[in-house]
This record gives sequence, C-alpha cells and structure tokens, in this order.
Amino acid sequence: MSEQSGSTRRDFLKTTTAAAVGSGLAGWSVIPGAHAQGSDEIRIGLIGAGGRGSGAVADVFKGHETGVRLVAVGDMFSDRTEQAVKRLSEQYGARAAVKPEHVFTGFDAYQKVLAVPDVNYVILATPPGFRPTHLEAAIGAGKNTFTEKPLAVDGPGIRKVMALAKEADAKGISIVGGTQRRHQHGYIETMKRVHGGAIGDVVGMRAYWNQGFLWKRDRQPAWSDMEWQLRNWLYFTWLSGDHIVEQHIHNIDVINWVKKGPPVKATGMGGRQVRTDKAYGHIFDHFAIDYEYPDGSHSLSMCRQIDNCANSVSEAIVGTKGSAQLDKYEITGSAAWKGEKDPISPYVQEHIDLIRIIRAGQKINELQTVAESTLTAIMGRMSAYSGKAVTWDEALNSAEAIVPASLQLGPIPTPPVPMPGQGTI
Amino acid sequence: MSLLSLGAAVLAAQPAPKAVPAAAYTETIPGSKVSFDMVAVPGGTFTMGSPASEAGRDADEGPQVEVTLKPFWIGKTEVTWDEFDQFAFVGNTGARTGDGGAGDSDAVSKPSRAYGDEAKGYGKGKMPALAMTQHAAMEYCRWLSQVTGKAYRLPTEAEWEYAARAGDTTARPATLEEQAWHAGNAKETPHIVGTKKPNAFGLYDMLGNVAEWTFDLYAENRYAQWAPKATQPVALPTDKRYPHPTRGGSFIEAADKLRFANRQASHEDWSQRDPQVPQSIYWHTDADHVGFRVARALDEQANLKGFKSKVIKESADR
Repeated sequence: MSEQSGSTRRDFLKTTTAAAVGSGLAGWSVIPGAHAQGSDEIRIGLIGAGGRGSGAVADVFKGHETGVRLVAVGDMFSDRTEQAVKRLSEQYGARAAVKPEHVFTGFDAYQKVLAVPDVNYVILATPPGFRPTHLEAAIGAGKNTFTEKPLAVDGPGIRKVMALAKEADAKGISIVGGTQRRHQHGYIETMKRVHGGAIGDVVGMRAYWNQGFLWKRDRQPAWSDMEWQLRNWLYFTWLSGDHIVEQHIHNIDVINWVKKGPPVKATGMGGRQVRTDKAYGHIFDHFAIDYEYPDGSHSLSMCRQIDNCANSVSEAIVGTKGSAQLDKYEITGSAAWKGEKDPISPYVQEHIDLIRIIRAGQKINELQTVAESTLTAIMGRMSAYSGKAVTWDEALNSAEAIVPASLQLGPIPTPPVPMPGQGTI
Repeated sequence: MSLLSLGAAVLAAQPAPKAVPAAAYTETIPGSKVSFDMVAVPGGTFTMGSPASEAGRDADEGPQVEVTLKPFWIGKTEVTWDEFDQFAFVGNTGARTGDGGAGDSDAVSKPSRAYGDEAKGYGKGKMPALAMTQHAAMEYCRWLSQVTGKAYRLPTEAEWEYAARAGDTTARPATLEEQAWHAGNAKETPHIVGTKKPNAFGLYDMLGNVAEWTFDLYAENRYAQWAPKATQPVALPTDKRYPHPTRGGSFIEAADKLRFANRQASHEDWSQRDPQVPQSIYWHTDADHVGFRVARALDEQANLKGFKSKVIKESADR
C-alpha cells in the first residue's frame, strides 16, 4: 500500500495525542494552580446531541484514549439523545456509558446537564440561536467549554457573548470555539507566513462557500411549528443566522484572521431565488458581500446553497509581493511555499488543544475572536437583507433581537422573506 | 509504431482470448443527454499481482496468481460528474427492464447532501467524479442498472488489473507519461477524462487521474486466499465501510507509484474531516483522489447477480 492509507497515519494519531501536535496557539497565559478542578479527568456534558454534537464527543475520544468520559447528555428531543448515547457507547464503550438519569430533554436540558456535578467540560452544539443563553449558563457554572460556531445570530446576542468573554477571563475558564481552521495545522503554517510578510501587504481578499442544497427534514403531522423549525433549524434566521452566519463564517473568520481583526463595513446583496419552497423556511439561498477593513482593503465574500452551480469553498488573498491560496496551504511569489496535508483532523485538534491547556493549568479563551467573526457574518446578512451598507458599530449596537423571548413547543410563524430596499437595518 | 499496433503486439504475446465479447457500445443515460462509452474486453487468463522483484512493490501485491476471466465491458473512461450528477443531484429515477433493471425493484437512495463542495474545487462536467465512498459508487451502479436495464457494477479487483494491464506483464506502461496524469504532470488537479492516450484495450486513465474503486473487500493477503488458478475471483464486500481496494493511483501520486499491481486500501482517515456522527456513507471529506469506472459482465457470475452494497448509516468504520 502507498502512504495514503494503512496504519502509518493511524499510529501517528495515537502517538501524537499524548504530546499533542504543536498548534501555534497564541494568546493564552499561565494561571498558576488552575487545574481541572483537582483532577485531570475530563468529564463531558454534551448540550445538543445531533450529528455535530455527537461528532464533537467522538473527536474528544479520537484525540484522547484515556482520561475522558461522557457523563451527561442534553437535547431538545429524546430521539436525538437516544441516538447519540447509543452510537457513542457502541463505538467508545465505557467512555460513553452515560447513566440514564444523566440524559435530559427539553428547552431546559442545558441547565440540567450543567447541574450534574461531575461535568467539567461542556460541549455546546445546539442551533446557534441558543448559544448566548447556553454560554451564559456554562460560564456561570464555571465550566470549561467547547462551543460550536457561530456564537449568536443577532447584535444583542453578540453583545452578551462579548460580555461573557470578559467574565470567562475573570473566572479563568477556558473556551475554544468551533472555527476549526484556527486549529488546522496547514492553515496555521500558512498564516504564520502571511503574517510574517511572505506576500507583502495584503491588499485584496476573497472568501467563498458556494455549494449545493443541504439537508432538510420533511414535516411530520405530529410536529408543531416550533418542532418543525427546530428540526429544520438551518432554514430559520433566529436559529441559524442564515447560511452566511451558520456556514460561511468559517471562510469569513479566515479573512479576519489574515487582517487580525474584523471589517468596519459591509455592503452586500443576496436573495432567495431557487430554494423558494416553504420547506426551506425563509432564509436566502445566496449572498455576495463586500467587506471593508480598517486599512481600506476589501474582501469579496460569497456564499450560495444552490444545486448545479459552480462551487468553491476557499479563501485566497493577494499581497504586494505575492498571493496565497489559504485553503490549499499555498503561497506564490518570491517566498513561494506549499504546505503538507494535515497530520491530524482539525476537529480532533481543537479538543487536544483545549484539554492540553486545561490540564496544564493554563487558559485559552476564543470567545471574543469567534464573536467578532460571527458579527462579521451577521453584518453581511444585515446588509443583504436590508440592501443598505452596514457598519460594524451599527451591527454591534443593533437592537434587533430575533430570538423569541420565550420558547415553547406550539405555533410560531415563519418570518417573511427579507426584501432588500424595503426595510431598515 | 502506433499505440494501437503496440497494443496488438503486446496482446499477441498473451494467451489467445477464450471468448469473443460483444462489441463496444455507447450508453446514453435515459432521461438525459449524458452518454458514456463501454469497451469490450476479451476474456482470458493473466497473472495478477507483481513479482517480488518489482521495484517499489508492497507485500499485498502477492503472491502472484493466475486468474481467468470471462469477457466483460468496462468504461472507456472514469465516470464523470456529468454522469454521477444524474444520480446524485438531478434526480433521474426512470426505471427500465433488462439484464439489471428487472428483479431489483427497490429504490436506490440518493446520496445525502455533501457538506461543502463535493467536487472539491476541481470542477464538474467531464471531470472525473471523485471523493465519493465505495458505497456511493456501488449505489451509482445500482441506480444506473435500474435506469438502463443493464447490470452495471464496479469492476472486480481482478477485472480492473486485467483491463489495466491489457496484456502488459511489466510494472507499468512503457509510455506512462503519455497515458497518465500523476503528481509530476497533473499540477495538483485531476483532469478531464480521456485526455491522455489509451492503453492497448482502448481504456483511458487506468493509471493516474483518479484512483478507482473496485468491487472487492480488501485484505493484504487476498491473493493467497484464492485458488491457485482462480476463475472470476472476487471478495464480496460486507457491511463494513472499510477497507476496499482502490487501484491505479491518482494525480497526487508520483509516477513511480503508478504500477498495475499497486493496491491502495481505503481507510477511515479518508473521512477525517467529516465532523458528524455518523459520518456520511456517501462522501469522503479527505479522499479527493478517488473515483471509479463501471463494468458490465457479458455473462454475470452468480455471486454478483443483484449484489447490493450492505453499508448502512450504522455500519462500523472497520
């Protein structure tokens, strides 16, 4: 067999998990004596037991053969918790043997997971609309947290998360967000070179997430409006933020990483041209946003979820001395360079990094950075929905709260499809 | 000497074909304007695997075995996105009857949606379809059988090597550079199918471009498990997602890796960056080097008739 397959890669994964592949993380500091609550054992509380939440637990297990356990699971729906516990315990045995009394359902399942005394490592993987509330509870409970991206769906949610970032710092809690490219070996190596001047000053950028349709779940007769929306959360802005926020944030975040901060303004457009069936809620199927950064440089940002069109999921930048295709770990120009295939999955690496830092008594907190990338995407969405240019301050200070104040199963209308030019931001 | 006459000379050095296949033909996928060509491969006997003396050889390529095959057809090129899209995205579900469609009436599930660009940024159209799982390739064949009425399937590993060698008993074609897209000439991308020169059977891109799924379940000592003079050998796949043999190497391998006998087994790392549990049974996030071509038997062997991939969502990784 050639080197693409077989045991070499697998053995590498095993041997590197103990030492952890150096990820080049910056910005974390040593807090003396702040060990994981007197024990090195990581005891996971999973909040949001869908495919990504279960996948995040599996990623912890893939990176750590010992010293990690799943002890509590919460989700809105019992079929999700049952599937998650069944699949994970079948594959990972005792590490995922959750006691039945530590499996919770309903809107308040997150509080019950956090109330399990054993839990010292929380995974937040519910739809993004719930994230600020869940982050508030996790940080309030003093738990180290892995949170999926995005962190919110509107300005009020972002403001809450940014305040929580400071609170987490004050409490010495470690938090890693699900923008996994920041933990991806090839991206880190490429970015080091870009920040080191390999392509000179970055003057132009572009980021795409153009793909076909994603999944949807057909409405069942027994489902209320709320259950239908929750099970099809991608298609409702209050739950997902729309696909520019939910999915394209990854590429937007890479550009913010290049610029070491977020843009000051978004001018964009978008619409709902093909995916018009009400089964797809009310979100757009395409966006194109021009982001302006503080130094006057611009990034063209596109995302589309329409079948049978030209696709690309990529980030590229142009500098005064060369260019970089970030997703291909490739730099051209006088400092031309090409990176290697990642030694380890970035989804696994995220947890290796977080757990290593917790065990070392150190601290990492990505909330502010991921909140900024989330708001960048929200700002783009606001511009496309309204048809207006939107500044960073307008997005950040927006009073528009799109998540319902009280949540219960039952009737809830599908919001109208936004019409550019017909509303305000 | 032209390529074709070179091929004829090579073939002449081999035992004479034992059966004459039906002629080549062009298949148009019903309900579409998409077509592909099937090349008739004569039955015969060949030596599968590589001798211990072959440079770069791996242990799983031996012991060499004498294998006898009945005639079959095989795709002149790798399956393109134009073709695969008819199954995966266009929703072409018209059913026909014939040697494959009849008697296999259960619906073929369309692949779940890929999270990201299933073509991995290389483009679609006449580019080889890639990064699908072996299960997805098997399901494509089952769907194609239903809509055409002809029993298409993946080539068995033995059929693949026989078709790739086209009578050549050496490690690789003397004119590899003219026949194959590899790391040295592909510029890190697969290429539109059929743009290099064909082998002696008239088949394009058997080596290089994308590696190709075969029907079998992989085992390192597979050939030792077969009878000394095997006829139509095949190791039936199970419900396990891995490993299956891919053959022929791809645009990411150096030219010296492109040998007829080289086998590359699929591995769970091919879905390393699939963040979901369970991971997709249709798409590999980290195997943009693998595609496939279809085969069809002139006289299908009993154990392959109506065979359906057993992989389901709950299938174990290994």
